[in-house]
Amino acid sequence: MDIKKKNPIVELDDVVLRFAGDSGDGMQLTGSLFSDSAAFAGNDFATFPDYPAEIRAPQGTVAGVSGFQIHFGHTSIHTSGDLADVLVAMNPASLKATLKWAKPNATIIVDTDTFIGKGFAKAGYDSNPLEDDTLDGFNLIKVPISTMAKKAVEDMELDNKVALKSKNMFALGVVLFMFNRELEKTNAFFEEKFKKNPLIVEVNKRVLRAGSNYAETIEAIGQIYNVQPAKLDKGTYRNITGNIATAWGFLAAAERAELQLFLGSYPITPASEILQELTKHKQFGVKAFQAEDEIAGICSAIGASYSGSLAITTTSGPGLSLKSEAIGLAVMTELPIVIVNVQRGGPSTGLPTKSEQSDLMQALYGRNGEAPVIVMAATTSADCFYSAYEASKLAVEHMTPVILLTDGALANGSEVFRIPVVTQLADINPPIVEPNDTDYKPYKRDDDKLNRKWAIPGTEGLRHRIGGLEKENVSGNVSHDPLNHQLMTQIREDKVQRVANYLPDQTVVGDEEGELLVVSWGGTFGVMLTAVEKMNVDGHKVSLAHFKYISPLPNNTGEVLKKFKKIIVCELNNGQFVKFLKINYPEFKYQQYNKIQGLPFMVSELEEHFSSILSGK
Amino acid sequence: MAEEQIDLKNIPQLSKEDFVSDQMVKWCPGCGDHAILKSMEKVFPMLGVRKEDFVVVSGIGCSSRFPYYMNTYGIHGIHGRAAAIASGVKIANPELSVWMITGDGDSMAIGGNHFIHVVRRNIDINLILFNNKIYGLTKGQYSPTTPRGSMTKTSPQGSFEEPFNPGELIIGAQGKYYARGIDTNPKMMVELFKEAASFKGTSVVEILQNCVIFNNKVHELVTSRETKDDHQLHLMAGEPMIYGKNQDKGIVLKETKLETVTIGKNGVTKDDLLIHNPNNPNPGIHIMLSRMTPPKFPVALGVIRSVAQDTYEQLMTDSIKMAKEKSSLKNIDDLLRSGSTWEI
Repeated sequence: MDIKKKNPIVELDDVVLRFAGDSGDGMQLTGSLFSDSAAFAGNDFATFPDYPAEIRAPQGTVAGVSGFQIHFGHTSIHTSGDLADVLVAMNPASLKATLKWAKPNATIIVDTDTFIGKGFAKAGYDSNPLEDDTLDGFNLIKVPISTMAKKAVEDMELDNKVALKSKNMFALGVVLFMFNRELEKTNAFFEEKFKKNPLIVEVNKRVLRAGSNYAETIEAIGQIYNVQPAKLDKGTYRNITGNIATAWGFLAAAERAELQLFLGSYPITPASEILQELTKHKQFGVKAFQAEDEIAGICSAIGASYSGSLAITTTSGPGLSLKSEAIGLAVMTELPIVIVNVQRGGPSTGLPTKSEQSDLMQALYGRNGEAPVIVMAATTSADCFYSAYEASKLAVEHMTPVILLTDGALANGSEVFRIPVVTQLADINPPIVEPNDTDYKPYKRDDDKLNRKWAIPGTEGLRHRIGGLEKENVSGNVSHDPLNHQLMTQIREDKVQRVANYLPDQTVVGDEEGELLVVSWGGTFGVMLTAVEKMNVDGHKVSLAHFKYISPLPNNTGEVLKKFKKIIVCELNNGQFVKFLKINYPEFKYQQYNKIQGLPFMVSELEEHFSSILSGK
Repeated sequence: MAEEQIDLKNIPQLSKEDFVSDQMVKWCPGCGDHAILKSMEKVFPMLGVRKEDFVVVSGIGCSSRFPYYMNTYGIHGIHGRAAAIASGVKIANPELSVWMITGDGDSMAIGGNHFIHVVRRNIDINLILFNNKIYGLTKGQYSPTTPRGSMTKTSPQGSFEEPFNPGELIIGAQGKYYARGIDTNPKMMVELFKEAASFKGTSVVEILQNCVIFNNKVHELVTSRETKDDHQLHLMAGEPMIYGKNQDKGIVLKETKLETVTIGKNGVTKDDLLIHNPNNPNPGIHIMLSRMTPPKFPVALGVIRSVAQDTYEQLMTDSIKMAKEKSSLKNIDDLLRSGSTWEI
């Protein structure tokens, strides 16, 4: 019986698919393999992994559930999606943890083998949710995934554990069939990934095929869906996570600036991957130094910056706190350095694996003394590439520290990335002093940018000392002179403010004037854009100003804000950017919409809220 | 710069004057730091290094004003972090001659973590540790090397903390080079700085330094004209450990301990004395030497430990070279197009 023949294939615009299982069930791999198949099919997509802080929380508990969501479509996809159309739950705990993220009529595929005995009690269910009314209204597909996976390889005489480990591939096989996808791409991945272990290649291939065959045979999957290729611009594409994009953006910047890239960093969730990625690329001359702590991470970068490297340090919120004093040193010595903060839920250790935008104030003000730096925020996973590139350009051209804010969702989430040509990116021109420049003074400045020049050790005729003590303007000698301190404080502020003259104007999505302007910043761009575009399609006049440059703000910010009757600032924190806008543009009235749950905004909640503002409720 | 080989023939003859900065030296009159600075100014021209290739890095404290007083490239950093800053300078450009100036507060307390890790990694930095056993710049609080019982501003009844012995800390942190000198012996300092410069790796030179204001005469027994000869052991590689006004005292190894003996007494001859071997990878004797404290023992001065090992930056340079030879990715465009990509 072939259901492809029985039922015509249904075409869908976009689908949200979520895999959920125990943290040892391989859900992240399953999800990324499905992403590859979506890429192969020419879909646009975005992904969002949702995993616990513990590496292996007790098996079968809600605390140990690891999830991976992918939103793919033939329309433009800007977010990993609100609620799932299809949920794959490998055990009762994952059903318990993720059912609230499924649409009311979603298709739910469960591994019935795990819904036995203590399984649902451990997950916090009183009775078997497959048998009571828990799943009423859902399209429930019961599959004995574990049994079938084992059966697929029973003649290979494998250890029971090895056979069972491949059960995620059975689930993937089912879903790939459901979405009318070929298995070749996934099989090719097995061959590449496990090339040293042909047995594992065979196991995975067989189990994947078994899953697909099973789906084709059973009556339960009544329908096959298809999602056509998206209408993307011509070009070469790849799937990229924010952390990898960040690392690669720095590599590209170093290449274009003709500088050695130096990273000083200490492992911290969710930023470690940038350090790991850059240690992989020694062929480009990258020096990645795993320091003994966060402070040594940034201090080594300051030393490397003094020595003429494009120097960066990467961290997450608590690490930024530890780096504060050293950022002040970089401000005082006016050395270029980029500090990446992959934000997570705080304060303190907070929610290490969850995303938040709550380090904005720390980035802007979290230092002793008047210590202005450039603060910018990447807007999407792929934009992390461009943001890292631009942060590097601004740091070296303006001789100042730059804090680049990304977040856990961008860092681990992935999206389709149209690959740029490195030589077509903006030029980077560090103000390096020529040997024996008799005009050189350590704190002599450029008239426009107010930056000092970069005199690199080893260069003849430029020996000089810098440090954390206040400097006399021009000469750079230590100075405790009161008027000089005031002058230098103002110059340091002015230097950062003048960066605005080199930034693009703030853009607006939708009409440039009207009733309601939605304001947001950083990693929420995809969801904000989706919500605002949907509302406009539905006939509501809503515009979006999404900020990437925070300090300084683009020069036209006031012009943008003043053309709307109402402004609502949406952030994944308790209202930090709105405070910053109130300081800079006190003449406007702001409403705010804040979510502090370690979770991204949902399009639906935004639409609902904006609608209520428009209707005056 | 990083890739350039230094052409020794083209190095101009340098003199002390090439390294004297135009900044007024603001240490207290009589401070031991002056003598250390003078010795350093003497040593730099002797090293065959271009004057542009020196970088002096410091943290915070009296000693850490040092970079301002040397006419080289230099960074006056933040408290305790000089080792991390210097590591960045050296790793970024291994051709530079990097000198780190620090004190017992800067490196044993707030910068303890960076100190042990720079030593462990064996980054080729010449680390001069001024040990005056007190916080001078903050005006007289006890430091991690202050002896028990010392009365200071924060230990009015006498310190009850066990002090660090820098030598033990260095060796415990897998240190490969440790020397000890004293600010009253400039000739020895010059020798020690020269040797430290030639050692490939983190070479720590502890200078017993006198804070004339807050801890005056803390090293009195080792420095005063009357007592110093009986309390200084000058270690020389391959030579017996002999000391004393009359060169009649020595160090022997008895069972597992060091002991002092007098030549000619109880049948002891020069041949019974321990021969100093700074190159012995086994740190046992080196630790015992660094622990020797007056009045029972003389203080061991000179190069206590010097064991060859690869430097961090050399291994990193090698691994970069290997990666460049092996990798098929020649530029970032190659990287962006590597792995799974597709065309639209």
